[in-house]
Parts: sequence; C-alpha cells; structure tokens
Amino acid sequence: MTHRRWFTPWLLAGPAIVWLAVFNLWPAVNTVILSFTNAKPLGGGQFTGLENYGRLLDDEQLADALLNSIVFMLVCLPLLTVLPLLLALLVQRRIPGITFFRTAFYTPVIASAVVVALIWGWVLDDRGLVNGVLQQSGLTDSPVSFLTGRWLLLFSAIALTVWKGLGYYMVIYLSALANVPPELHEAAAVDGAGPVSRFRHVTLPGVRPTMVLISALISVSSLRVFSELYVLSHGQGGPGGRDMSVVMLIQMYSRGFNGHLGYASALSLLLFVVTLGPMLFLMRLNRKAA
Amino acid sequence: MTTVRTKTAGAAGATEAAMTAKPRPGSRGFNTPSPGRTAVRYLLLLLVLLLVIGPFLWQLSTSLKGPAEDVYTSTPAFLPDQPTFGNYAKVADTIPVWTYALNSVIVAAVCITGNVVGCTLAGYALARLRFRGTRLVLGLFLTTLVLPGEVTIVSQYVLVRSLGLADTLAGVALPGSIAMLNVLLMRTAFAAVPAELDQAALVDGANVWQRLWHIGLPNVRGMLSVIVIFTFIGAWDDFLWPLIVLNDPQKYTLTVGLQYLNGTFSANPRLIAAGTMIAFLPIVVVFGVCQRFFFQGVEEGAVKG
Repeated sequence: MTHRRWFTPWLLAGPAIVWLAVFNLWPAVNTVILSFTNAKPLGGGQFTGLENYGRLLDDEQLADALLNSIVFMLVCLPLLTVLPLLLALLVQRRIPGITFFRTAFYTPVIASAVVVALIWGWVLDDRGLVNGVLQQSGLTDSPVSFLTGRWLLLFSAIALTVWKGLGYYMVIYLSALANVPPELHEAAAVDGAGPVSRFRHVTLPGVRPTMVLISALISVSSLRVFSELYVLSHGQGGPGGRDMSVVMLIQMYSRGFNGHLGYASALSLLLFVVTLGPMLFLMRLNRKAA
Repeated sequence: MTTVRTKTAGAAGATEAAMTAKPRPGSRGFNTPSPGRTAVRYLLLLLVLLLVIGPFLWQLSTSLKGPAEDVYTSTPAFLPDQPTFGNYAKVADTIPVWTYALNSVIVAAVCITGNVVGCTLAGYALARLRFRGTRLVLGLFLTTLVLPGEVTIVSQYVLVRSLGLADTLAGVALPGSIAMLNVLLMRTAFAAVPAELDQAALVDGANVWQRLWHIGLPNVRGMLSVIVIFTFIGAWDDFLWPLIVLNDPQKYTLTVGLQYLNGTFSANPRLIAAGTMIAFLPIVVVFGVCQRFFFQGVEEGAVKG
C-alpha cells in the first residue's frame, strides 16, 4: 500500500485525465464524425456520407497544397540535415565566446514564426533590403517578386523555415556529437587522418542515427507548415491561392461564411494520414533511444 | 524525445583511412589547433552570426527610423539617421498593442499554471502510485503524441465554441493548459527519483501529499523549469489556434494582432517593425535569462517534434 484511499491516484491524475479525454481524445473522435457531415461554422451538420472525401479528390487547391508540401520537404530535407551538422561542428569546440554564438544561433528558434515571417517579409519586400542590394549591385533591373510569385513565394517560405530551423537541429546535433568518443578522433588524428577524412569516417557514422531522427522530424514539420506561408502571403496564399499548405486550407475552411467544418475535418484526417508514417517512425526511434 | 545515443561504429573505417593518409606536419597535439585555424573558425562564426542576427537588427533599425528617413532606399543604412521611439508610440495608436501584449501574458500565465499543477500531480500519480489502469492511462497519453495539433484543431474549435468559449482568451488558453507531453515528461522526472527516499518517508508515516511535496517536488525542479519556459514560449509564439478562436480585434493576442497590423496597415514598415520588436524582445529577455534551461530542454525532448 502506497496510499490509504483508493481514489487518491485518480484525484491527482484527474485533471490531466479530463484534459486527455475532453481536449485530446474527444476532438480526435469528433474529427472523424464531422468529416462525414456538412457542418458549417453557422449551423448544418447533416450526415452526408463520403461527400467530403469525394471533394478531396477533385480539389485543385489541395493538389497544389500537397505539391507544395512535397517541394517543401524535398528542399528542406537535404538542407536541414546537412547545414545544422556543419554549424554544430563549427560551435562544438569550447573556444572563448562560444556560448554567445550558440545562444545567438538559437535565437530564431524561440522567435514566433509570425515575427520571423514579418521580418523576412520586410527583407524580401519589392522595396526591401534584398531587392535594394540586388538592384544596387546591378544584378537585376527590376525588383524580384519574392512574395508574389507562385514559386518564389514558396521558396521564400522554405528559406525562412531553413533559417529558423538551423539552430534547433544544431543543438540536437551538438548532443549527438558530444556522444562521439573523442578517442576515436584522437586515434584517427594520430594515424594522420585529416579533418575531411575524420569527418567522413568518425563524425558521420557517429551522428547517423541523429540524421535519421532529424529527417523524420523535418518530414513531419514540412507537412505542418502554416504561419510562414500565411504571414508572407498576407493570409492570401499567393497568386490564385496556389501557395496554400494543407493546414492553411484547414484554417480557411474552419472560419467565416464560406467555412465548411465537415470538409475541414476531412482535410485534417488527410493530414493525419500523411504525417502518420514519419510520426510512427519517430516514436519507434524514441523507444529505441529510451 | 530528441536525444539519441550514438553508436561507436566506424572506428575500423577511421583507422583504415588513417593508414593511407599522410602524417600531419607539426608537433601540436590533437586538441590545440593552430592560431590560423582558430582565426578561420571565428571568421566563419561571425559570418553565420551576421546571417542569423542581421534580419533582426535590420528590423530593429527600421523600427527606430523616423518618418523623415527613407526606409525604402536602395542604399540600405543599418544605422538610423536620428533614432526615435516614435514608431512604438504610433503603433499603439494604430492597434491596441499593449492590450494584445497583456492578452498574451494572460494566456501564457494560465497555460503555465495549468501545466505546472496538472502535470506535476498526474506525473507523480503515474510514476509513484500503483493503481488499476495505470498502463491504460499511460498508453492513452502516449497515443496523443502521434496526433499533430493541427489535425484536431477544427474539432477543438467546435468544442470550445460549444463550451461558450469562442472568441475568449479562456478558449485560447484552456486546451493547452495541461499538455499531454508535459504529463509524460513529469512522469519520467518523478520516476527518476530514488524509490528509497519514498519508502523511508512512508515508514515515517508520510502521506501522499507530504511525499509529493517534500520528496518528489524538490527533485524535479529542473524539469519543472523546462516545462515553465517552453510553455511560456509556446503560448507567446502560438498563432494558428488564437487565429481560429478569436474574432474581436480587442481580444487578439500579440501574434494575431501583428498579422492584423500587417494585413490592414501594410503601408508603414516602421510600425510593423516596431510591433514585431514588441513581440520579439520579451522572448529574447526570457531566453537570455534562462538559456541554460533551453538547451537542457531541447536535450530532454521538451519540444514536441
């Protein structure tokens, strides 16, 4: 007996269990239920069978959104698995002032995506810093439309995602690098291996599991993009709404007179299905690590 | 969630490669790089620093430029001609930015209180008290981790609306005020406290509350700090959820208010820059003061991936 009254544990865990049931499990179940209805923000809610799912199939905006996610992932995966590793190697050695640099490199991570997108929106504006420099140096005659071009807007959002993510993955790599036994490096160095060969044969094998973990994290976060695209495009989703992400579509259908909660729920389930693979993979990695 | 133990594979490959490589000149040890190398390292560090901090400084500089100064100039000036705080006053005339800041503080405070109390109690019960159904409850907590928040956001909105909390700060704060991940983190923290301490207290006749207060809590302060900081950042930075819940521009949190400013009054970049800094600087201060907890938190996986 660790406690006298049988209900003591339930009393302690009670609030958390209520939150688990009310704000997590029930919404998950209700998402499935809603996806079979025509629920609107203002009324509605009749059962409509598979209508919403049929609509998913010929939604061109959704096709664009999924294409955007794939592009996002394809660009972010190589950049965010490699650049943060190089950055971690750069800040790994405890030289004077290194804590300052590490902290500074982490700053974009703690800033809100809205703050970061507003800052980049200004830097990439038609009359902003980057266009100013480009025109001043004679590289372009007219401003580059970073924020209004179909693909340029997407790539601007990718650029700021990479910029914002560098510090986050850097810290993960740092703890992985700390676990690579220094004796391996010393032995290799004594044997005359240069920095490049030590990187290839000691560092890389040592951080490979972390690379896999980070790839899975990036895959999930590429599918969950919202704020960056939303703020950069002033909530419009670029020319003709072609720069929407799946989450932007969910947000769009969850509000206003044109809202359609049933369809938004079907979109949510689609999002769940596409993130499930990398999510389960992540859970397995964590269980192995634990 | 993010720590991964690395394997010590690759040692063989390393020595194999070393056999064929030329020995390095010079008699310096492995851990003392040449001054030249160190200089290159600092140069690279400064270059990255410029790339990372540059945009923030550019925004800060824009926010300090007076109405007479051309912010669109093709020869960008990093230092304002005549620095002024006028834009910070003006942004408050355009949108109720201090009300928004207060709203963000209220949401963050509710979330922090809820998470500290709720997750501590539940974490302790799950780690330290034996009761029927522990495994089931634990399994359910774990299951929620594969659900990205965006997936349930629509039905969470439907729920909050049916509770009569649509367009209220309570509606923004409530769902996140006991986060499932934090319950699991607190459970892990309590489970790491030596069981002998608990047993000794039990022999001395301490009840559950006394054991939680005097033995559990003092040993999980580190994890609690991590949860407090990450909950603050999460609530302060959150955008999608308050954007969905809130209608009334008087009730916006800072992030939603900033997007509102950006969408409605996009004409003046100085004001947007000032607003951005109002949202950004408090986070920087918190970060500066507690940065060691941040890195500890990332290592212990306090961020849902």
